[in-house]
Amino acid sequence: MHVLTLRINGDCLKVAAPAHWTLLEVLRYELGLTGSKQGCDKGDCGACTVLVDGKPRLSCLVLGSLAEGYEITTIEGLMPAHLCAGGEGADPVQDAFDRCGALQCGFCQPGMMLSARALLNENPSPTRSEINQALSGNLCRCTGYTQILQAVESCVADAVGEDR
Amino acid sequence: MLRLPAFELAQPETIEAACALFAEHGERAMIVAGGTDLLPNLKHELYDIDVVIALAGIPALDDIEMQGHGLSIGAMTPLARVAASPDVRSHAPALAQAASLVAGPQHRTMGTLGGNVMLDTRCQWINQSHFWRQALGYCLKKDGSVCHVVEGGKKCVAAASNDSAPALMSLGAKLVFTTTDAERSLPIEDLWVSDGIYNKSSKPGEILTRIVVPLSDSRHRGAYGKLRDRGSIDFPLLGCAVRLDLDDEGIISDCDLVMVALQARPTRVKKIAESLNGVRIGTPEFEAAVEEVARRAHKQCKPLDNIPGDMDYRRRMIPVYVRRTLLAAAEGGGPVHHI
Repeated sequence: MHVLTLRINGDCLKVAAPAHWTLLEVLRYELGLTGSKQGCDKGDCGACTVLVDGKPRLSCLVLGSLAEGYEITTIEGLMPAHLCAGGEGADPVQDAFDRCGALQCGFCQPGMMLSARALLNENPSPTRSEINQALSGNLCRCTGYTQILQAVESCVADAVGEDR
Repeated sequence: MLRLPAFELAQPETIEAACALFAEHGERAMIVAGGTDLLPNLKHELYDIDVVIALAGIPALDDIEMQGHGLSIGAMTPLARVAASPDVRSHAPALAQAASLVAGPQHRTMGTLGGNVMLDTRCQWINQSHFWRQALGYCLKKDGSVCHVVEGGKKCVAAASNDSAPALMSLGAKLVFTTTDAERSLPIEDLWVSDGIYNKSSKPGEILTRIVVPLSDSRHRGAYGKLRDRGSIDFPLLGCAVRLDLDDEGIISDCDLVMVALQARPTRVKKIAESLNGVRIGTPEFEAAVEEVARRAHKQCKPLDNIPGDMDYRRRMIPVYVRRTLLAAAEGGGPVHHI
């Protein structure tokens, strides 16, 4: 067992885990952060996506030990980060997914929303093609993607509206 | 749920320390760069190792430098950065395009150029869980003695599936391998051997540290085409890299054509492409010559039934991708993909 020091959702946490555990396993089975989903477990589906220093990464393919020193954001940290930044309620991406009904079973949703959040942080007004590209590493087997893309576009429209 | 087998993780902070660790553990150790290939393969129990040596803590391997003799790219440079680099895009467009089409956005952020060069070969009969492989009596690549692809085959035919490999071959890149006491520069075409079990000539203890792409002038044209089922995530069903060197009048003075996902090593068909030499791009003669190259590539290249996608479909797409990628390169365009 190794004692890892991880910065997760703004907290500095010490957690004991074997060297061969992935970040996803540390999150789910040591820290109880089960929002990051264990789907294919081999980097195909994107359900385990978390943000590492703001960039979407597949936590099933990151060794826990190699996540030390980075700022990790899971789906559990999205709303608190929004509130800390002076926002109200859920993160606008979560709100838009809710409004647009951008889910059915919900399994892909945490990864999908984190990829969308990372895109919007980097590019507040992406085109449909840029949204497609940014979410192309996250698979959804229920919705057909239409409402998911609408939700992200709705965030963009809201943000543009706020600027006016 | 796929879990990793137990191993010790070493996190050296210098190349020297990494080489020393690799020399100490030899075949019982493997290198992890971005982890997007090694970790799924370890989860599938494809390797018997005790130690994983991570290069993530060595900053010297993560950079792109313009040097007198070429573009020197650290092996740990993420594919997303290779794809976006203005230097790579201008001097090695085929490489930038190939990097931009590797898997999905998360893989390109995590995966590295060095890792993509050193990617293990792939086959539908090997990239499966241990349970799955055991149920079929394993295969030549790991634990078994039969090939499920070629009846009676004695040589593993798992396919080279790295998008960067044909691009780097078409560009004449060199690979720098470092050991505890030496550094050697290897032309990339000399890396490959026709053995799907391990399709490289590098030995345990050698670490790929840099990839050097010769500088090209403004008359260089290059492009990469990738056939895959979806517009993201997938490995190539066919990859096709093109290099065209033009003279002052737009006449092709030299060219290269390299394909991947056909056999255990990337497939260079330069001889076929050389019929383009002496032809001026953008002319009817060029289009006719491209058609002839596409026809001959189709005749020569025969995909195997060992990666996803119907084998006959993949073969019929060879002339399509050769033609489209050559035309894209001539126009300074690309990448070529149908989705």
